[in-house]
Amino acid sequence: MKKNDLEFYWKLFSSMFLISMSTFGGGFVIITLMQKKYCDDLHWINRDEILNLTAIAQTAPGSLAVNASILLGYQLKGIKGALVAALATIIPPLLIISIIAMFYNAFIENRIVKIALQVMRSGVAAVIFDAVISLMKDVLKTKDILNITVMIIAFVASYFINVDTIVIISVCLALAIAIELISQKQSEKTI
Amino acid sequence: MSFLLKMFFSFFQIGLFSFGGGYAAIPIIQSLIIDKLNWLDISEFLNLITIAGMTPGPIVINAATFVGIRLNGFLGAIVCTLGSVAPSLIIVLLLSYLYKKYKNITIVQKLLGRLRPVIVSMILSAGLGILVMTVFNSESYKMIDFANVRIVELLLFAISLYLLRKYKINPLLIIFGSGIIGTLIYLIG
Repeated sequence: MKKNDLEFYWKLFSSMFLISMSTFGGGFVIITLMQKKYCDDLHWINRDEILNLTAIAQTAPGSLAVNASILLGYQLKGIKGALVAALATIIPPLLIISIIAMFYNAFIENRIVKIALQVMRSGVAAVIFDAVISLMKDVLKTKDILNITVMIIAFVASYFINVDTIVIISVCLALAIAIELISQKQSEKTI
Repeated sequence: MSFLLKMFFSFFQIGLFSFGGGYAAIPIIQSLIIDKLNWLDISEFLNLITIAGMTPGPIVINAATFVGIRLNGFLGAIVCTLGSVAPSLIIVLLLSYLYKKYKNITIVQKLLGRLRPVIVSMILSAGLGILVMTVFNSESYKMIDFANVRIVELLLFAISLYLLRKYKINPLLIIFGSGIIGTLIYLIG
């Protein structure tokens, strides 16, 4: 490996490591931070590329942070770049949670920690509901009867009938593929 | 060895099915790790989600590390975490290849659009479970016993949600804020 390459990988690793350290709770923040670092500061990638990369990262399963970092690394230096960027994103939460998990049993016996974790669940539940409300509004806005029906049926199946989440998602994915294939065939016919 | 493989592939499934990122992982972790495999109990699961909300990094990675370390130490944490990101690595690179070749991935995006209502429902279902367990202090997602209602938690939830919707306050502040205020109320009261 050339000296320049090593320097590049180190820069990619350390910058991604810092970005990952500062994305609390995950989410979209990472895209903004990546744009600042890799477009505005380092000029490794342009704004259009960041947009494309975000679109692909959002389409794939998994967390946005990991997906986006894999794509950025891949764009810059192929598979090796993807692996370096992914590791840099994974290592900070891996270390932090490892430390917390090791001391968890000792922590959790403390009365104040116990109370704090119990009451903080209200805040966490509110954060999740806030996200759900926004997502639900987006679905309702489509005014697509199929979408809304699917949303209600899936909720009833999950919450009231306890159908396995992976089963529900798989069935819906299969249905979605079938619908897309049929509509594509139909549009081919009309042409 | 086979147990490590089981850990790897359990988190592989979680990574594979968490479309829509972030919160989408919560219902899958709940159904697979808590309900089916019993690798964490309900109270540990709720604490994990709370800790994940306060520390950097995606929920999937936080969960994989936490569960991995409790099952098999640091090696377990690495195995579970790698399992959870392996699907991302494969699918993201595949999509990026398709994108380079065809210059668009609209079909895949359309599929995700069709999947979105389901994902919303799954997160709602998990969120409702978390809320019920928090407010009614129960050990099951649906056990509502009004004799056990915790007024402090209910109020904190309502105020937090109002602040989030109305003023778009940083979630981190909401979680810490509810922690500090709630703890003070319990200690004084």
